[in-house]
Amino acid sequence: MKKTVTLGALTVAALAAGAAGAATLDDVKARGELKCGVSTGLAGFSAPDANNVWQGFDVAYCRALAAAVLGDPMKVAFTQTTGQTRFTALASGEIDVLARNTTWTFSRDVDLKFEFVGVNYYDGQGFIAPKSLGVASAKELDGATVCIQTGTTTELNLADFFRANNISYEPVPIETNAEAQQQYLAGACDVYTTDASGLAATRATFETPADHVILPEIISKEPLGPLVRHGDNEWGDIARWTLNALIAAEEYGVTSANIAELSSAPTNNPEINRLLGTEGELGAMLGLDAEWAKRAIMAGGNYGEIFEKNIGEATPIGLSRGLNAQWTEGGLLYSPPFR
Amino acid sequence: MATISDPPERGFRLSQLIFDTRYRSMTIQVVAMILIGLLLSWLISNTIHNLEALGKDFDFGFLSQPAGYDINQQLIDYNNQMTHGRAALVGILNTLLVAVLGCALATVLGVVAGVLRLSNNWIVSRLTAVYVEGFRNVPLLLWIVLIFALMTESMPTPRDFRGEDGSSMILGESVAITNRGVYIPNVVFSRSLGGNEVAAPEPEAPAAAAATTNMAGTYGASRIATGGAGVQTGQTDSAATTGAAEGSGAEGGEVIPTSSGWDWLLILAVLIAGSIGAKVLGKRATRIQEATGKRPTTLPLQIASVLVPLIVVLVLLGASLDKPELGGFNFDGGVHLRNSLIALWLALSLYTGAFIAEIVRGGILAISKGQTEAAYALGLRPGTTMNLVILPQALRVIIPPLISQFLNLTKNSSLAIAVGYMDVRSTLGGITINQTGRELEGMLLLGLFYLVLSLLISGVMNVYNSSVKLKER
Repeated sequence: MKKTVTLGALTVAALAAGAAGAATLDDVKARGELKCGVSTGLAGFSAPDANNVWQGFDVAYCRALAAAVLGDPMKVAFTQTTGQTRFTALASGEIDVLARNTTWTFSRDVDLKFEFVGVNYYDGQGFIAPKSLGVASAKELDGATVCIQTGTTTELNLADFFRANNISYEPVPIETNAEAQQQYLAGACDVYTTDASGLAATRATFETPADHVILPEIISKEPLGPLVRHGDNEWGDIARWTLNALIAAEEYGVTSANIAELSSAPTNNPEINRLLGTEGELGAMLGLDAEWAKRAIMAGGNYGEIFEKNIGEATPIGLSRGLNAQWTEGGLLYSPPFR
Repeated sequence: MATISDPPERGFRLSQLIFDTRYRSMTIQVVAMILIGLLLSWLISNTIHNLEALGKDFDFGFLSQPAGYDINQQLIDYNNQMTHGRAALVGILNTLLVAVLGCALATVLGVVAGVLRLSNNWIVSRLTAVYVEGFRNVPLLLWIVLIFALMTESMPTPRDFRGEDGSSMILGESVAITNRGVYIPNVVFSRSLGGNEVAAPEPEAPAAAAATTNMAGTYGASRIATGGAGVQTGQTDSAATTGAAEGSGAEGGEVIPTSSGWDWLLILAVLIAGSIGAKVLGKRATRIQEATGKRPTTLPLQIASVLVPLIVVLVLLGASLDKPELGGFNFDGGVHLRNSLIALWLALSLYTGAFIAEIVRGGILAISKGQTEAAYALGLRPGTTMNLVILPQALRVIIPPLISQFLNLTKNSSLAIAVGYMDVRSTLGGITINQTGRELEGMLLLGLFYLVLSLLISGVMNVYNSSVKLKER
């Protein structure tokens, strides 16, 4: 039964890919809706709220993109993808853009034929363990049972980490974050490993977050970012520069509070003018109108505002900016100039 | 009298292809054939075109690339530096394992429940009816997830086994039921055919030696699958724990008991030879009975012919039990039956067993009541009647639908991913596809595997079917 379904899905995927064609921008405009792939529910990054409206850090990017392209941040159809289904969904044209804490790696970029448009969160893989386990370092995990989301880079990093340290472990492969959380809390695994941001988000939903510690080791580089299909460079440019616009807006101090004022008339900062479309033809070069970036920023604020609202220190998830601060503040966020 | 003359010969007209019944069926078949061919060629050319558009090629080279991921349950030696092909093979063996275990248990459950449902005992027949209807009418996935959740949520963690007032192991401290699975003792041999490792002589610092082997021990125990052949590497390691723990005080050079695939093959061969011997004895008894009317007592001889060689081999190999012991995070030693395996195995067996029960009941009901009455009239007791008269005839009705139940069970085992059981769908069809992006190749291989497996099962079952079917002379 399963077999038939999969083969059927393949056929459908093959047909859909034919329809997806080259010009994603035209498809999105004709459809009047952006199809965005997100996770199956990771608090702070992408999860539906009480009113069944998707909220989160990754979701905010999709809304900004929809605002830039279609003029309405709510015109997004979200598709839930698991670690295993996300790439097929994107490759087959089921979604236009994937914003699902996806690590930018060489093989995904080159071999899987995707185009990462940038990094919206610099992350690394960590471990969470119950305090009662008495483990202070990941290197003490010899023989431990480790819950892990299958089909992710974390699975490979984990294998590398334990091999490099010459210690052993028992992997328990799991499909979604929610299942992993349940298994971990039931004690079916000693530790749970995923991106450190995901661990913080998961811990925030525990009944007693204080009983669990995130171990100090970060065992990998996980630059997370949105991605699109290879081959449609115009669409890739729009996705890339929407992300850059959000980052640049924070750098230049453009916020959702002052954007109306800044865009009403040209300011004396030409960079802001070009970004907001009061000077130059940047929007037209992208195949959009002049106010594309303004709408993207108005959708949820600049990068910093999105960060603070969804995963920042004031939220239950409580992530500090760390590597994700602007380059001017010692972080890695660095948007190429709008020129 | 009117003479009937032949209708005048008329040449073949095109309209005959549609209106003439002689040609119509031919026309329909040719048209259908062309349509199917067009559909297929369109599908194939569409796939090729789209693969080109995506810039992907069609290549099975990924199977020889290093896999990079670990698999918890492995019946053959595997580590993350081995190839995707090897990982697929590990998955295939895991699929086969759960399929064989499932088919065996489902058959037993099904036959018992099917016979009991026809019982005159009201409670027994109602209880089996509840079982059959309950399992048959609830989706399999729910049962798998339910059993898995029960195992993980309600059983104690390995940590709870620490201390005096914690949980304790059952069956003479040899079986531990935890929320990570069931740990059972394993048979190890001190004169293994695969060769034994010798413990390091004169450990200078016993604690340090124990610590280092303990590392290897946890490796083995945590990574070792469910018994059977091919547990060599892991078992060597886990046995090392016990060996070192005991040997740290004893004199050096002690042999570490272990087990290898060769040991199990030898035992299997001895078992088969023994049962063939028992069968020969039984045939001889039947021959004597047919010639003289008296059946010589053969049961003790038959039992001896199976057991004596087995015991001799076990003693020669120096067999002993390796009991699981609480190690660092988990139990070490023994065999670890993971929750995922148990949940999948039980759910598949209970679910398919309910269907088999109905097939068995139908088969028995298909035998005319006259057969029973005739058997009773000959003086046969109910049990003998069932075994010698009813079931052999019922088998002819039971086996064909039983084949499709076995096929169902095997294919349903691909639901394994729901509980993280690393079958071929999870390794080749899951992680490998995800890491290499070879969806089409992976899915085709997966489909091919299930196709071949299903054809094999039905082939074997068809051979069995023809051996029990009505012999027409």
